[in-house]
Parts: sequence; C-alpha cells; structure tokens
Amino acid sequence: MTPEIDYLALAPEIVIVVTLLGALTLDLFLPRPQKYWIATLAVAGTALALIPLGILAINGETISMFDGSYVVDEFALVLKGLFLISAYIVFLMSVNFIESDRYYQGEYYFLLLASLLGSLVMASSRDLIILFIGLELVTGPLYLLAGWRKGDVKSNEASMKYFILGVLSTAILLYGMSLLFGLTGEVTFAGIAEATQGMSEPALTMAILFMIVGFGFKISAVPFHFWAPDTYEGAPTPITAYLSVNSKAAGFVAMLIVMYQALPGQSDVWAPALWLLAALSMTIGNLSALRQTNIVRLLAYSSIAQAGFMLVPFAAAAVAGADLESAFGATLIYLVIYAVMNLGAFAVVIAGARKTGTGEIDGWAGLGKVDPILGVLTATFFFSLAGIPPLAGWFAKFEMFRSVMIADPATISLAVIAAINAVIAFYYYAKVIKAVWLDDAVDTFTDEADQPPAGALRLALGVSVALTIAIGIYPSIAAFVRDAAQVLASGG
Amino acid sequence: MEWFETWGLTITVFLPVVGAVLLGFIKRDNEDALKRTALVVSLAAFAASVLVVAGFDFGASQYNTYQFEVSETWIGAINANYHIGVDGISLPLLVLSTFVMVLAVIYSWNHWEEPKNPKAFLILMLILATGMNGTFVALDLVLFFIFFEIVLLPMYFMIGIWGDKSPRKVPGFSKVFETRLYASIKFFLFTLFGSAFMLLGFLALYFESGDVAGERTFDIVQLTELGSAGAFTGTFAFLVFGAMFLGFAVKVPMWPLHTWLPDAHTAAPTVGSVLLAAILLKLGSYGFIRISLPILPEEAASWAPFIAILSVIGIIYGSLACLAQSDMKRLIAFSSVGHMGFVMLGISTMTDVGINAAIIGMVAHGLITGLLFFLAGSMHHRYHTREMARLGGNIKLMPVMGGILAFTAMASLGLPGLAGFWGEFMALVSAYNPLDGLSLGVFRTAMVLGAIGTVLTAGYMLWMLQRVNLGEPKEEWEGHEFKDVDRFEMTAWVPLIILIVIIGFYPRIVFDSTTDAVTSLVDMAFGSDATASISSITGG
Repeated sequence: MTPEIDYLALAPEIVIVVTLLGALTLDLFLPRPQKYWIATLAVAGTALALIPLGILAINGETISMFDGSYVVDEFALVLKGLFLISAYIVFLMSVNFIESDRYYQGEYYFLLLASLLGSLVMASSRDLIILFIGLELVTGPLYLLAGWRKGDVKSNEASMKYFILGVLSTAILLYGMSLLFGLTGEVTFAGIAEATQGMSEPALTMAILFMIVGFGFKISAVPFHFWAPDTYEGAPTPITAYLSVNSKAAGFVAMLIVMYQALPGQSDVWAPALWLLAALSMTIGNLSALRQTNIVRLLAYSSIAQAGFMLVPFAAAAVAGADLESAFGATLIYLVIYAVMNLGAFAVVIAGARKTGTGEIDGWAGLGKVDPILGVLTATFFFSLAGIPPLAGWFAKFEMFRSVMIADPATISLAVIAAINAVIAFYYYAKVIKAVWLDDAVDTFTDEADQPPAGALRLALGVSVALTIAIGIYPSIAAFVRDAAQVLASGG
Repeated sequence: MEWFETWGLTITVFLPVVGAVLLGFIKRDNEDALKRTALVVSLAAFAASVLVVAGFDFGASQYNTYQFEVSETWIGAINANYHIGVDGISLPLLVLSTFVMVLAVIYSWNHWEEPKNPKAFLILMLILATGMNGTFVALDLVLFFIFFEIVLLPMYFMIGIWGDKSPRKVPGFSKVFETRLYASIKFFLFTLFGSAFMLLGFLALYFESGDVAGERTFDIVQLTELGSAGAFTGTFAFLVFGAMFLGFAVKVPMWPLHTWLPDAHTAAPTVGSVLLAAILLKLGSYGFIRISLPILPEEAASWAPFIAILSVIGIIYGSLACLAQSDMKRLIAFSSVGHMGFVMLGISTMTDVGINAAIIGMVAHGLITGLLFFLAGSMHHRYHTREMARLGGNIKLMPVMGGILAFTAMASLGLPGLAGFWGEFMALVSAYNPLDGLSLGVFRTAMVLGAIGTVLTAGYMLWMLQRVNLGEPKEEWEGHEFKDVDRFEMTAWVPLIILIVIIGFYPRIVFDSTTDAVTSLVDMAFGSDATASISSITGG
C-alpha cells in the first residue's frame, strides 16, 4: 500500500530540501568571490517556504499523513513559521559574518538548512520515530557548525563538548523511547497515550525520566546545562543565536508534545520533574549570569534562565493538575516572543562586537555615544528580555504569571520563585545597558566603528526590533499562538 | 468639542511620546529646534489637560463614574482593554503631571548637566510624561501596570547618565561605585521587585473576578463594583492586598522600603529629582486610592492600623534622618519620606477627610518639593557643592534665590496659608477620628506622633534655612560673582510659587474636584454612615 502524500502540506519541507541541494550544487560551480549567491539562495529559499505555509494557514485544514504520524495542523504551522522566520533572521545575520571567514560558505548554508529541515519535520511529528529523526536532524549539523572556526581553540572546544554531551543525551533519550515502545508496543503519541493511561510500572517511570534527561540536555535546562555556555561562546555567533533559539525551541516543543500528547496520564511522574527543572533553571541560570563578563556567555546563561521561565506555566499547571491547554499556550507565546527578542539581542552582539572588537561587556562601554542607534537597539532587546513594558518581553512574562495563578502551594511557590528571578534577571541585563549607555567610553573601538552594520544585518535588526515593539504594544498579534495550542489540545 | 470627549485623554497621554519620536528626527546639534519642539509638545499636552478640566462636569462626580471615558479592545484574549477616564481624584494629579512637565522643560533650557546631550534628555522626559499621565488615567489593571512600568526606563537613564558622578562606597562591596550607577540600579530593582508582586496581585484579582462574576476582567470599574459589593474577602484578599501593597509601598515610598529614595533623588539630575518627587512618588499613593482601597475595602480596613504605624514611623524617621544630613539635596530627599508619610497616614484612616488630605498633600508635595529640588539644583549649579557646611549667607549673595528658598521651606514645613498646611493638618485631624471600627488607640497615638513629626519637620527646615541662607558667606566664596535667578528659572518657578499660595489660601481649588469623588468612594466602600462631615473643614 502506498501512503497518501499531500504535496502541498509538505511544500515547506520540499522547498527547503530543494534549496539545500541547490546550495550544495552551487557551491561546486561558483568561484570563491561569488559564493555570496549561496547565501542569497538560502535566504530566498527560506522566505519562499513561507508562501506554502501561508496558503496552508489560510486553508486551515488539518492534514494527517502516514497513519497519523505526520500531521500538518495549525499548531505545526505556527511552529514551522517560527522556525522559518528565525532561521531567516539567522541567515541574514550570517551573511557577512561567514563571508569574512572566507571558507566553506556552501557547506555552512547546506548544514544550516538541513538543521532547519529537521525542525520543520519535528513540528509535524506525532510519533516517536519521526520526532526523533527530526530532532536529530536539527542537532546533527550543529555539531559541525559549532566548530566552524577550526583555527580557534574555543570553537573546537565548543564543538567537542556539544558533540559528546549531545550524543550522550541522544542515547539516553533513545533509551527512554525504546523502553516506552517496549512497554506499550506503540510509537504514535495517540497510541502511547491510550496504552499508558493508568499504567503504573517502574519501567515506565524510568522511561519518562530518561526522556526528560535527554530533552533536558537539548534545551540546556539545569542541571543538564554545562555544555551551553562554552559551546555558545566558542561557536560562531549566528550559530549561537540558532542554538539558543531554533534548536532550543525544537527540543522544547518536542519535550512538551511528548509529555502532553503521549503521556498525559503520567503527569504524576513528569510534572514534579518539570517543576524542579523550571525552578533550578531559573535560579541557577540567573545567579550564574550575574557573574558573567562576556556578553555571549551572559546570553547563554540568560537563555538557560529563560528556558526555566518557559517551563513554568506547563510545570505549574501539570503539578496542580489544572488545565494544560492554556499553560501550553502560555509556553508557546513565551517561546515565540523569546525567539524574536533573543535573535535581536544576538544581532546586536554581532554588530556591537564588530564595532568594539570585543565580546567583553566592559569593552562595550560608551557604545551608545559612538552609535546611538545600535545603543537604542541594545537597550530595546535587553530590556525586552528583562520583561520591561512596553517591549514584547512583558507579555511573555505576563502570560507566564497568568498561567501560574492557580491556588496550589506548588504553583504559588513557583510563581514567587519566578517573580524573584525576574528581578534578579533585570540586574544582569541592565549590566549590558549600563556599559553601553552609562559608562564612559574606553578606547577599544575598531576602525570599522564608524561604518554602519552590513545591509543584511540591518535587516535582521529591523525585523526583530519591529516585532519586539509591535508585540509589546499590541500583544494580540501574538495571541493567535494560543489558538494553535488549542488545536493540539483538541487532539488534531 | 464632541471629538475631544473621546480623544482628549488619549492626546494628553500620547502627545508627549509622539513628540519624543519627532525629536528623534531632529539633528542632535540643533539644540534650539529640539528644545522648542519639546516645549511645544509639553505645552500642548498641558493645554489638553486644561481642556479636560474645562470640559469636566464637577457636579457629576459620583465615585466609579468616569468622564472622558474611552474603552476599546486591546488584548482581546485576556479581556484587557484600553480603558481610560478621569474622575475628581485623578484630575488634579493629571494636571499636576502635565504642568510640572512644562516647567521642567523650561528649566532645563539652559541647565544641562554633563554629558549634556539635550536630545536624549528631552526624549526621555517626554517618554516619562506619557508614562506618568497614562498611570493617572488608566482604568484597566494591565494598562495601569504598563504605564506604571514605562516610567522606570527613562528615569533609570536619567539618573544613570546625567546623575551624580561622585564616588560612593557601598556597604558589602570592596569596589567604589559612582553614585549615579549605584542609585539608578537600586531605584530600578526596588521598584521592579515591588511591581512583580503587584502584577501577581492583579492577576489574582483577574481570576477571582471570573469565579465571582462569571467573566474574568482587569477592568478597575468592574472590579470596584465587585469589591464594594464584598466579593473579595478572606485569605485571598489578604494575599492580594499584600502583593499590591508591596508594589505601591515601594513607589510611595513607605518605611522600611524607602531606602532607594534618598539615593535616587540625590543622584538624579535636577529635572529628574523634580519629576521623581513631584509626580513619580504619587503613582504609589494614587494606586492605593484608586486600586487597593476601593477593590479590597474590608482588607484595606484591616491593614489600616499597620499602614498608619508604618506611615508614622516614616514621618518620624524621615524627619530625624533630615536632621542628620549634611547634604542639602539629600535632606530634601529625606523630607519626602516624611511628607509621603502624612499622605499615607491620611489614606490609612479610610475616611473622606483623610483621603482628601492625602490628595491635597500629594499635590502640595509635588509643587513644594519640586520647587525645592529646582532650588537645590540651581544652587549646586552655582556653588558646585551641596554641603550645607560650606554654604551660608546665601540670601546675601543671591537675595532672590534666598528669598524663594525661604518661602518654599516655609511651605514645606506646613505653614498655614501655604499649600503644605492642608495635607498635614487634615491628615492629623482625620487620624483623630478614623473609620468606625478602626482602633482609636493606634490612630490617636499616630496623630500625636505625627504632630511631633510636624514639629520636627519645622525643625529641620528651619535648621536648613539657617545653615544655607543666613549667616555670613564663607570665606571661600569671597570675590565670586554669583548670578542670581535667571529668567528661565524664574519662568519655571513663579507658576509654582503662585500655585502654592493659591492652594494655601483657597484649597477648594483642589477639594472642589476631589470631595464628591472621595466622599462617594468612602460611601461605596464602607457604607454611607462612615462618611464624616467634611464640610466643617473645607467650608464647602
């Protein structure tokens, strides 16, 4: 029996496949000075993939393929949109960054597109196997990309650490999944959900915990976060941005879908674990970020802490046994807003590092006076990350707090931990703003300091700042994300 | 003027931020254009608020009915609306806010503190104006929260960039910080800490309203109706009131959450201190009157003695701290702790007299302390020091400046006939006779201690005057030419002086707006028999 395939539903994936093959082919024939065509192709292909996505969104049908293993519904579309747009911004950030290194441009875009493809597949997966394939396709290319600057010891360290811990976590994850399969004989989420309903079995508990550990590595939640700061610091900055947004979002969504769709009956097991992950990630991430002097490491710890905030709604609702649907919506909204502002922050890091010639926060002193526009952008993104209105971040935090207002000691305590952490977080975000605006200038600026950032980077900054402010002032723009979560809840 | 009914408040609130965007397009070195634009914009916002006063129907000021009301869907998914409006309580504060902003722009005309950059400074001022005006008209908790927080950003930068650059040793750190850096982050973190809990409180109200009324709402008007009907009680109300208390008390600031204030006020540039003292502090006490009290009346009554005690501690502590200062600006900063203590004492009595006292106290404190900070700034500008030990004989060196300082200090210590008198006096009167059921012992003790506080206030103000104004100029100033008050300073200060006198002699200019609203607020919250007769005091 040949499975029925809806080509329109798969069009975004197909466009990306064609683009990545095209990038690889072009790379063979183009002389070195003209390699920038590959970047153009990658950017164009990513933008093009948004068109079928838009058509599918307007159609609004839920399309289910391969016996329900691969589903294109509103939820999947929102995630695909998120992955595509953030990859688009990452490509824009990459153009000049990679060009200045002068090697392997073709492969760079090929690998990044492959990773993007993985995230698109992951978003539609409704069984363990496709989920796993998607997730690994996301991470696999990143092991290479993290070590892209092969002459740089730090980049080698980044790649090595990421690879070893990544593979370890994959093994643990897969072990958990295989236990789950062994216990239930099912791979689809719906099947597993049915089979595990009311099941009480030590092996099942073990399977769930193994999977949480595996996912925990992917989203760099405390205590599985040790690779993140070193990898983030050593990898090329656009890749760091990709790691902290796309790859983290992929892991995040994968974990939540598995818990939410495949194991709703087992929330006694995973809810406390997520509660703990959330509390630890927020607290340890924030406290460690306080001491950072390097801006990329600071963002690394900040993204660990933000992952904690993202887990809060889901963990709280699950622990309290409340409605997971709205909690899932809150987590998704947080994820989307976080993606926008964090990408903006990394774009600022790239532009700022080019001007100041350093990634040390002290070296950025006085940047606001040299380049007021970049200074304002820095303040915008970092204040947004801190959750200060009227920038997008406030709505993310607001939704998080809104979903934990359940009268239950476990959730109230998580809410209080989150509130205190929100204040702590402000301190280190303000540290960057303080350097840029409040400190007196030091003399580290490069010769390029007078030049504006490259066109592609400007576009990346423009897109993210526009979204950050627009969502902040009129959050209804982001509210459709919640509807998407409801689609998933209704079992689509 | 039909359209103004709907657009008036929106214009008042958002005109400044539109002006800020405009300023962004003007070249940085074109200082005149920048200043003129900012002045025109702030004047226009002031004019809009005056038109609101003109169109305001003072006869129809029943509590929880608002005028110039607008309600549009904003975040539909959570039922948060763009709901704004004014009543007799918020009207004086709104006008105060737009008015002081104009004066601040005029004053800054030729008073740029290092590192100058008028463009950035004016942009921040205008953003600040939007935040402040918005807080006073917001009738939706989410909207209120947003405006309440927007204020932080510009003030953080004002203190951090233009603030006091002298080194400062911070306990617990081996490193020496610049005062501005320490003060700006301290200001931000304190307020943020409070407002994070305030937000939790708002959210709790939102969910509870869904259980009580069927529909979840952030709307202050609806929540007030529910609250005065007794919908929120018990542990829930206790926790919510506590959470909101943290947010508002930090902003007021109430002892012991006040420690950010002396640092922030002292470190801020002159205009920043003026705006902080004149308006930002009022956001907290306004929050108590607008949100905590009407929505959680029973809980407010049970917290009242506690608030009264904290207020009195604030009054006494603030005064004693003033007596220990050597820095003139820091003295004025600490005096705010004491004055806001009177405001909170008035609110804590839960009576119409007390709340009226609080509002006129807020207005008067805004005018008087604003003026004091202007003066402290101008004197620092001339002497390059604020050490009172080095000042002296100011009135001989600069007669006009010295005269205004003497006048303002008198107003600040509550001299009858000037604006400061009413707030203090009526707060004490109201503490004699608080809401039925509140402990008379606590409040009458508070009254006595508050009265001692007024004596201490007079003490430190006169002491400051003596050290700064009187005596002979110190030797180090011999041969210095001091330029007395210039025309920009005069233009900025004279309106304040006139208003201080007018309100002093004719407080009805404020009471006419507030009394009806306040009386019906107390009626609504605690039943009509709770209202003491206010007419004996205001003569109305």
